[in-house]
Amino acid sequence: MSELIQSPTMDMTRSLSSNVMTTRFDKLLGWARKYSLFQYPFVTACCGMEFMSTACSHYDLDRFGAAFPRFSPRQADVIWVVGTISHKIAPVLKTIYEQMADPKWVVSFGACASCGGPYDNYATVQGIDTIIPVDVYIAGCPPRPEAVLDGLLKLQELIQNQKHEWK
Amino acid sequence: MSKFPEHIAIEKANPTAVLDWHERFGDRTLIVEAKQIVEVVRTLKDAFGYDMLVDLTCVDYLPRRPRFEMVYHFLNVESKARLRVKAQLEESHARVASLMEFYPIADWFEREVWDLFGIKFEGHTNLKRIMLYEEFEGHPLRKDYPKTKRQPLMGPQN
Repeated sequence: MSELIQSPTMDMTRSLSSNVMTTRFDKLLGWARKYSLFQYPFVTACCGMEFMSTACSHYDLDRFGAAFPRFSPRQADVIWVVGTISHKIAPVLKTIYEQMADPKWVVSFGACASCGGPYDNYATVQGIDTIIPVDVYIAGCPPRPEAVLDGLLKLQELIQNQKHEWK
Repeated sequence: MSKFPEHIAIEKANPTAVLDWHERFGDRTLIVEAKQIVEVVRTLKDAFGYDMLVDLTCVDYLPRRPRFEMVYHFLNVESKARLRVKAQLEESHARVASLMEFYPIADWFEREVWDLFGIKFEGHTNLKRIMLYEEFEGHPLRKDYPKTKRQPLMGPQN
């Protein structure tokens, strides 16, 4: 009797195992989103050179699915804040961040964007996290392209494991 | 060292204009009376062909008196001759004539000096801040501007 009840389940498991993969929907979304990052480069200073270097073919950001710069915040998933942010441009940065559609992420690129860098003066914002929430900080002045790629991988890891809004 | 030709010509036109002068390693400097800067520049441009204003800036020598010093760098593009002209300003009278009529680039240079040092340029047609935002109070490159003073438009004060 017990064999009769078990066998259909066993059969189903056996036949499905090679054709179906089970996962959580959050994980599936994370996997899809982390490999399709449209980026908005908010480039204000010399770190931009390293960003360009990383984005071009030698280091090739495209390998990680993050090759497509969109110069409209409406179409961007991640904003790279690359360089010194002055008090004068801070409201612009805030506006652009708010114009981005969810889900969105922020990468703080280099010492200046992360903490003001060497500029502790009347003109410079002491870290963009005083204005907008930051997901990944990349250290360096400026960061090497390897550090930038590492930052991107950290961001992808974060996207893969985070809770996604989809209901 | 003998006086250089620019010095002699300016002195001939305006006997009180040149206060001091020096020359080191081929860099020639005239220190002139600030009130006569327009006449000095007119002579330099018309008679000596200094047709480019390479730089115009200011130095705050607090607590020295006179406190401010305007610094002008001129270049004769044809002959490659260079001349530096300085003019000292008292804090109570921190104003000098604009050079806009001679060099259009003076427009932005003078706005920068106004923005950061608070020197007024008489005759400038659009003397407003060029670097900082309109809400900013004071002139941050003055030596008595507090080093730690912050005036952010948003976010925390420090």
